[in-house]
Amino acid sequence: MYVAVKGGEAAIANAHRLLADRRRGDRALPSITIEQVVEQLGLAVDRVMAEASLYDRALAALAVRQARGDMIEAIFILRAYRTTLPRFGYCEPIDTAAMKIERRVSATYKDLPGGQLLGPTFDYTHRLLDPSLIGDGPVAAPAVKEPGEHIMRVSDILDGEGLIEGDGQMPEGHLAGDLTREPMEFPMPRDLRLQALARGDEGFLLALAYSTQRGYGRTHPFVGEVRIGEVEVELDLPELGFAVSLGTIRVTECQMVNQFKGSAKQPPQFTRGYGLVFGQSERKAMSMSLVDRALRTDEFSEDIVAPAQDQEFVISHADNVQATGFVEHLKLPHYVDFQAELDLVRRMRREAARAPEQEATEQNREAAE
Amino acid sequence: MNDLATYNFAYLDEQTKRMIRRAILKAIAIPGYQVPFASREMPMPYGWGTGGVQVTASILGPNDVLKVIDQGADDTTNAVSIRAFFQKVANVAVTTKTKEATIIQTRHRIPEEPLRDGQTLVYQVPIPEPLRFLEPRETETRKMHALEEYGLMHVKLYEDIARNGHIATTYAYPVKVEGRYVMDPSPTPKFDNPKMHMSEALQLFGAGREKRIYAVPPHTEVVSLDFEDHPFEIQKFDKPCALCGAANVYLDEVVLDDKGGRMFVCSDTDHCEGRQAHGHAGPMLARPRHQCKEPAE
Repeated sequence: MYVAVKGGEAAIANAHRLLADRRRGDRALPSITIEQVVEQLGLAVDRVMAEASLYDRALAALAVRQARGDMIEAIFILRAYRTTLPRFGYCEPIDTAAMKIERRVSATYKDLPGGQLLGPTFDYTHRLLDPSLIGDGPVAAPAVKEPGEHIMRVSDILDGEGLIEGDGQMPEGHLAGDLTREPMEFPMPRDLRLQALARGDEGFLLALAYSTQRGYGRTHPFVGEVRIGEVEVELDLPELGFAVSLGTIRVTECQMVNQFKGSAKQPPQFTRGYGLVFGQSERKAMSMSLVDRALRTDEFSEDIVAPAQDQEFVISHADNVQATGFVEHLKLPHYVDFQAELDLVRRMRREAARAPEQEATEQNREAAE
Repeated sequence: MNDLATYNFAYLDEQTKRMIRRAILKAIAIPGYQVPFASREMPMPYGWGTGGVQVTASILGPNDVLKVIDQGADDTTNAVSIRAFFQKVANVAVTTKTKEATIIQTRHRIPEEPLRDGQTLVYQVPIPEPLRFLEPRETETRKMHALEEYGLMHVKLYEDIARNGHIATTYAYPVKVEGRYVMDPSPTPKFDNPKMHMSEALQLFGAGREKRIYAVPPHTEVVSLDFEDHPFEIQKFDKPCALCGAANVYLDEVVLDDKGGRMFVCSDTDHCEGRQAHGHAGPMLARPRHQCKEPAE
């Protein structure tokens, strides 16, 4: 006799209790604090803020902890919170030329005004496990450059000579698009594409960027500049008639300088790929700038021959929260559809088994005739 | 932020609801046409019914009675979870009875009991575009719909017949709505397609990840695509439901042991329980002996 399975509600509640237990782990160990996550797992916090499109270190750290360190889950939690926040306006475009620089490197010039500044980078570390980090030993205070110096952008140096295309202008009166508020449509203008890339999965963009370097939509890139630091966020208040500062955020900007042959109308000029990400993430900003350039096929009349150049392909699949949802939803029950398939396959197998017999009788009949 | 009481009624803010309602109205005005909408990030994953949840949240009022089913059942985990979500954020009455519900959110099934005037069926849709597996580009498929260019779909169905002797689509079987748009009925088995035709209820379809809403208004013609010599037909089951004895309903196959033991029971749990309550019994129903007078249908 069959008794239908009931009690989904109790099962869900129990699963959540078990999850909470595993999240906390060994109770003999102190619980990790949000401040500790913010301070000591800062790049995880940065990634969550970047791909959730919400700049809030404490909430991102909470999401990381709540997600047991699962980045995409943390991004998802923070995004679901972001959706519910009211929008009270658009800030002025941030001015990265006025950035308080913490790191700034250029691959196109040996030395340049403002110099090369390595900052807190993994570059040139030797990736040897460091047993001294197991304990909580003292850490020497860093040598820090006095902030305040205005450091010009490498793209402005090239721009001065007319060697590189302009920064790109949207038409007069263009309001920056927001794909979290408007339905997506293709072809997609560059502002929306950049938003999608900034929210896009770091790993996916990294792989696409890599593919362009290996010949799938090559763009001959040079890192004009990567800069990391704090910029001011300003909001224009119509009542006051001027912009007021809301505070500062840390961003990573990458300006990629790419080759362009020129045309009958235009003398040869370098072209740009642009990447801008919340927090410190060079990998993401650089990948983004490579993919941004690869996607600008229509502006340069380039043939779309590689995945990284195909905006519908790239933008439709760059969002990891969407991707993980749809891939993982396959574990939800599908037995009704599977039953329909079972029914058809069984029927076709029965017919296939009957077919040779039928053929044999038909052949006999033909022979008799 | 961890207190759900601070969220708006039915979770979504009123501006968002208004935006979604506009999309719904447009969808109703153009039956079968996929209306792009600015789908929000919901507190459950994409693929779990975020489109359906947004549609339900936008049409739900305090006096509504909500039923949620997944695979036809009220007690599957995701149906339980979505129902609990609306109880929490909207405090609405919920039911498992098809008859009592004003809004039914569903994944993969249409209830067996014919829906009536005033009811709304909200479908959760994974891929709203019926042409997607023939043409992956949205720019192309939108053009094909605009030009009513559906030849590709007929070629696909024809190739099925040429290869397998049958149209090999068993669920998400494409339909033509009011003689104009080819529409994906969501991954319901084709068994349910005839129920969409001239239904008294309003049928709304929400695809959250793909950001599309479409609709079939009441009393609308919904025709499953077919050929004159290969007419559309639905699945037929050899036996009635093992628990309620119902024939001509969609059945789930339940594996009983590792020796090939199987039983077939109603996928629509409410329909099955309702019939059992009215004394109908299938061959495998466990019940007190004195009630077993009535023979199975």
